[in-house]
Amino acid sequence: MGILKNFFATRWGIISVGSFIGVFAPLLQKLGNPGNMGICVACFERDIAGALGLHRAAVVQYMRPEIIGFVLGSLIAAYIFKEFRPRVGSAPIVRFVLGAFAMIGALVFLGCPWRALLRLAGGDGNGILGLAGLICGIWIGTLFLKGGYSLGRTEKTHTSVGWLLPLIMLGFLVLMLMSPQVKGQTKSGVLFYSLKGPGSMHAPLIISLVIGLAIGFLAQRSRFCTMGAFRDLILFRQAHLFMGICALVIVAFITNLIVGQFHPGFLKQPVAHTMAIWNFGGMVVAGLAFALAGGCPGRQLFLAGEGDGDAAVFVLGMIVGAAFSHNFGLASSPKGVGPHGIAAVIIGLLVCIFIGFTMRKRAA
Amino acid sequence: MSNIVDARGFSCPQPVLMTLDEINKVNKGQIEVLVDTDTSRENVSRAATSKGWQVKDVKQEGDGYRITITKE
Repeated sequence: MGILKNFFATRWGIISVGSFIGVFAPLLQKLGNPGNMGICVACFERDIAGALGLHRAAVVQYMRPEIIGFVLGSLIAAYIFKEFRPRVGSAPIVRFVLGAFAMIGALVFLGCPWRALLRLAGGDGNGILGLAGLICGIWIGTLFLKGGYSLGRTEKTHTSVGWLLPLIMLGFLVLMLMSPQVKGQTKSGVLFYSLKGPGSMHAPLIISLVIGLAIGFLAQRSRFCTMGAFRDLILFRQAHLFMGICALVIVAFITNLIVGQFHPGFLKQPVAHTMAIWNFGGMVVAGLAFALAGGCPGRQLFLAGEGDGDAAVFVLGMIVGAAFSHNFGLASSPKGVGPHGIAAVIIGLLVCIFIGFTMRKRAA
Repeated sequence: MSNIVDARGFSCPQPVLMTLDEINKVNKGQIEVLVDTDTSRENVSRAATSKGWQVKDVKQEGDGYRITITKE
């Protein structure tokens, strides 16, 4: 156990986890997930919001088992390695708002940092603009961090508090088993299911769940984080987490080549638009929000799995943000940005900057 | 006599920022860093090592760790 514990904290540990995701994300796409969307935490939480009926965009409704797996896999790893630490109280309302705007920004680009990397690995040139925006947003976040930005300390809490998000995810899984997809039906029991569009495309439930569990387990051990990768590089010149995302891109690229999913270009890419400025701008907002909240959307799920109630609030903020995105016409589509997407990016940026400037702790 | 950095309750990257601040302040000697998660323990140890400091001791303390780093 000790050796395994140390291995994932090493350079080869993080590289192996990035590689694991790099193999299985494209394979999930091969098995049915949408194009260049083997895994996208933002898109999949958005699909969950749709499955629950929090928004009624008919093309993006599916209870994604990968997300459930991420949280529960992390929970299992945290328990096995005695790292489950229930904690809360570090500015939860701020984390909720950051989560909501992170989602709104990500849906203007059409992907979280994970999908930005996977889009690049699938040949989608628009992914470069998303990544550039992400790095720019994270860079702004590091300026706030250097200036003393802090969300404050967490407090230790009851075990049950740390269990709440994992239990919600378990509840989602039970709902999915009780209300299984019925061919040709948009609703089964309480859940909505897409008949067309990205929400209708998915790998078999059990495969999605098992791969989600495995990634959740490994990511908890290795602290895999796509935001932290760039943040640590900018802030500390430290490339540890960065190695993980490099491995992800390279291995996903090779896997895509092998299974015939590499299609280079900017036009007609799956679930993507070509409005460069807003691909960039959306991810500036998302990157800044992730940096201010201390983790990419995947990392927030893994933290929630190991008992971090504040990360759980961020996740719920993202799900609610997705509902706003689609209800208010903020989310993009392959045709381009939504009717109010540009306004949302500007408001999101202002909100993040407001939070960054006002939540500074000066050393005594 | 060592300086103490209490980073308990703070999440990534603050424990590292606080440790590096202290490292820049004292330049050498001994610093004890208190953290409460394994992620922070790893990150602080990694950052200290990259700055030429040695992780002398990691002790379990309460629900967290006391990391002792030194530089001659």
